[in-house]
Amino acid sequence: MLRFVLTRALSLGLSLVVASLVIFAMIEVIPGDPASFMLGLNAQPETVAALRKELGLDGSLPARYLGWVGGMITGDFGLSYTYRVPVSELVMERLQVSLPLALFALCLSTLIAIPVGLVAAARRGNPADYAIMGATQLGIAVPNFWFAMLLVMVFAVQLRWFSAGGFPGWDAGVWPAMKALTLPAVALALPQASILARVMRSSLLDVLHQDYMRTARAKGLSVAQATRRHALRNALIPVLTIIGLQFSFLLAGAIIIENVFFLPGLGRLIFQAITQRDLVVVESVVMLLVFAVILVTFLVDVAYALVDPRLRRRR
Amino acid sequence: MTRLPAQLWIGAVLSTVLLSAALLSFLWTPHDVTTLTISAKLRAPSTEYLLGTDHFGRDLLSMLMEGGRISIAVAVLAVGIGMVIGVPLGLMAAANRGGWLDEVIMRGNDLIFAFPSLVIAILITATFGPSATNAIIAIGIFNIPVFARVARGGALTIWTQEFIMAARVAGKGKARISAEHILPNIANLLIVQGTIQFSLGILAEAGLSYVGLGAQPPTASWGRMLADAQTMIYSHPRLAIAPGLAIVAMVLGLNLMGDGLRDLLDPRIRRARI
Amino acid sequence: MIRVADLSLSIHSAPILHDVDLSIAPGQVVGLVGESGSGKSMTALALMGLLPRGMTRTGQIWLDDTDLAALDEAAMCNIRGRRISMIFQEPMTALNPVKTIGDQVAEALLIHGRANRNDALRIAAEKLARVGLPQDRFPLDRYPHELSGGQRQRVCIAMAIALHPDLLIADEPTTALDVTTQAQILDLLKELVAEDGMGLLLITHDLAVVAGMADHVAVMRKGEIVEQGDTETLFRTMSHPYTRQLLEASGHVPDGQAIPQDAPLLEVRGAVRDYPLPRTSLFGPAPQFRAVDGVSFTLMKGESLGLVGESGCGKSTLSRAILGLEPLQGGEILLNGTPIAPDMPPARRAGLQVVFQDPYGSFNPRWTVERLVAEPFHLLGSRPHDWRDRVRDALAEVGLDAAAMTRYPHEFSGGQRQRIAIARALILRPELIILDEAVSALDVSIRAGILDLLADLQARHGMGYLFISHDLGVVRSITDRVLVMKAGQIVEDGATDAVFAAPRHAYTQTLINAAPIIPPAWKEAQINEA
Repeated sequence: MLRFVLTRALSLGLSLVVASLVIFAMIEVIPGDPASFMLGLNAQPETVAALRKELGLDGSLPARYLGWVGGMITGDFGLSYTYRVPVSELVMERLQVSLPLALFALCLSTLIAIPVGLVAAARRGNPADYAIMGATQLGIAVPNFWFAMLLVMVFAVQLRWFSAGGFPGWDAGVWPAMKALTLPAVALALPQASILARVMRSSLLDVLHQDYMRTARAKGLSVAQATRRHALRNALIPVLTIIGLQFSFLLAGAIIIENVFFLPGLGRLIFQAITQRDLVVVESVVMLLVFAVILVTFLVDVAYALVDPRLRRRR
Repeated sequence: MTRLPAQLWIGAVLSTVLLSAALLSFLWTPHDVTTLTISAKLRAPSTEYLLGTDHFGRDLLSMLMEGGRISIAVAVLAVGIGMVIGVPLGLMAAANRGGWLDEVIMRGNDLIFAFPSLVIAILITATFGPSATNAIIAIGIFNIPVFARVARGGALTIWTQEFIMAARVAGKGKARISAEHILPNIANLLIVQGTIQFSLGILAEAGLSYVGLGAQPPTASWGRMLADAQTMIYSHPRLAIAPGLAIVAMVLGLNLMGDGLRDLLDPRIRRARI
Repeated sequence: MIRVADLSLSIHSAPILHDVDLSIAPGQVVGLVGESGSGKSMTALALMGLLPRGMTRTGQIWLDDTDLAALDEAAMCNIRGRRISMIFQEPMTALNPVKTIGDQVAEALLIHGRANRNDALRIAAEKLARVGLPQDRFPLDRYPHELSGGQRQRVCIAMAIALHPDLLIADEPTTALDVTTQAQILDLLKELVAEDGMGLLLITHDLAVVAGMADHVAVMRKGEIVEQGDTETLFRTMSHPYTRQLLEASGHVPDGQAIPQDAPLLEVRGAVRDYPLPRTSLFGPAPQFRAVDGVSFTLMKGESLGLVGESGCGKSTLSRAILGLEPLQGGEILLNGTPIAPDMPPARRAGLQVVFQDPYGSFNPRWTVERLVAEPFHLLGSRPHDWRDRVRDALAEVGLDAAAMTRYPHEFSGGQRQRIAIARALILRPELIILDEAVSALDVSIRAGILDLLADLQARHGMGYLFISHDLGVVRSITDRVLVMKAGQIVEDGATDAVFAAPRHAYTQTLINAAPIIPPAWKEAQINEA
């Protein structure tokens, strides 16, 4: 088990190095000098030169790369050009919105999807199954930002249960903050829940046809007992992968939803940074998101090994 | 004649209707959407304007027809990029399974998967300028690992079959076996994945256009129409309904078609449509 | 005591079983024999009440005074595992991969409320020890993937006997296992029946297995029991023609074998084949597994040479090397004196063809038969102008008519497909054909036809056969000489009759002793009568 974790950790480190190289190169290939790109076409040469100095663009490529990576390891993400504050501060502030939102949505999606998928699989071929499969088919087809707009129209404009956007901050209390995140989380969770419910259903159906389910039945277990004791854990294996993928999607992919609800999250930060050409912020936030994805993949791998003994080699 | 699955019918009809409407807009639309008729702005649906008009007095139905062109074109071309590059990569990886080429291709795949797709799409379109072309490239890049993975996964199971061994005994090389034996046997998987990626492409294009990084005005697209509608969500929520429904109908149609095709082409594959 | 009366099954009004009558007394072993699709597995599932959905069942299944056919699902759950249990053919997939073997055996006790968790685990340990998995070597916390196929089948048996059932149903319990493992599992079952006094319903396609095991035999064909009776009497009288046909086919020896010439065709000298194993450390070279370890032999022109061995002994690896698909790490292989290697010219490859085991996986499902059979023409650079005629001739030689040419493989039965595979191997008139378990997946009556065809083709064209199989009976009936392989090495090499009559190597003796046989005296009665 330890060896398994170590090998995975090693490949996690390697992926991070490669990813950082790719991001660095991407920022480098942006046509023209990053400094003049950031300042636009009408910038004074002196301003450009000053920014170049500030960004450390005078150094050689490897030196700049190492400087950037070294900074990130020690928690120094550089200074945002437009906000004039350290990027790490900006990110921490925005994470307070994005992380709870992603977790909220993930919980919603998982809590809805797993029971729904179970019911559909158990009632396979019955009206309940068809209804669920039809609903999830629709759920996948709805763009989440449009669904967000519909939610706003109904719950904010018509019923006035929620505000249409904005975030009061955690200082205003947990309840108002959660309330502000509810509609965005629902909008994010719906398509994810639909996908997850379908995975849960088909994964369970796959498992139900395995030989060991027949063995369990021959032992005297009823269908329900056999499903609970033998099918669930095996069926959860593919579901775990999807949950892992969804977390990173929810963290990064909330950009558009954050725009609909005017939430000051990570996605909105990166979107603003791109339009304002604040490359220091872009570089660091993208790296952070990639780190989150790779970390979650790693955690899912470890979780796999916990669920599936075939993956943790003994002795 | 085998009976076609019901979902294939529904899906095919939905997507064909929307596709035909989009194609028809090249020849004819109920109203001209390039001229602005401010006097006719924000009209409610009527016999003249079936779905009403927007704040510039443009006919919503005509705009939906034109908007479909860009949305569909972007998604189709992005699928094309993914298939043309991804499938050969996946076949190569499978033919050299366990070798360094397989390792390189699959690790490259993982790397692309590690990048939050929307962020990178935004980065690409923002860096090189927002345009339909850049949206195609951005979405297409993320289709590559999807097709590579599907092709490799499908190919690996075919490679273990005895008819591959027979082909090797007949002196055929990896490339020829991949083309003659593997590709025809994974075509089903690829077609099904193609329709799924097509529908995801429609969603992605809508998202990019919605935040202003897809097709640029005056070109209409479903996502752009939603962005315009959002500013009037309090006064005229009607404007947001039609484009959204168009997207849902197209995506739903394609997904149903994908499911139906899978059942039709290979009843043995009971794998999850996700 | 269990008694099945007038059991019939149908699915969507298509009959599966017709008026099956069968009874099994305590301590009795009843063999149910039939070819694939005869309905023998369905009989078992009907007894267990585990039929697939959509099946209609009529008739009675009496367990003492209870008609199981009349019980509801909850009552059947109480019967299953407690009074009737079952083991299946595929031990590799029959156990839940994410639960320990201890938990899975203990579950049988827990589910019927016969013990608390601690007691259940203790009893599970006893039962596992009883089936030959003692605690010191196979602790309860082992997972199925850590065990071999035979060991997993033992776990299944432990699970099935945990509650002293009245009846154990074993559905092809040893078909997926090697012959020596098969013998051990069969011995175990016999022992358990004798000690516990339970009834055993042994379902198999193999007449020799029932001959050695069963007290009473029922022969099944197309959903009907055509003949049943006391084992010895049944074998000696064989009153039903189908039973007789099965017996003849199972021991079938094709006649008119070709006489090998005194010139070497294939020479294997000191062949060594290593595989890299998964790395155990992050650095340093990956460990190697020696699958073929210094193998040498010669196959004469026109000779039929058998290569027998159990799974994992290296025989398939050796066959891939002989086909020139994989390189050797040592030694050499010569065909007509020229070396065989992955980079040899196509023309040399044309001298060697192969027929595989799986009649379903051997063909690209999207190609027509003519294209499939013509595939080896690739070795000539291009298809000759008369390729269609030559495909037609090759199909005619294997007994298929020209109408087959434009059809697809799924339109043919298993035996017909194997004929197509032989036509493909034949089309370039190779001097050597490797038959890699070529008849192992076929029912005995179809197998007999294919063996006749192979003998006939050899008599006509004089090619050499390398006949690779785990099945001693088949090798014995068709080869002139036999090699016995174990752990990558040839341990015995000699004339087939001599090896079978007086095996020299201990392993060969084990193999031959383990192979179930029908007592020759029982068969003599048949031959004399005929």
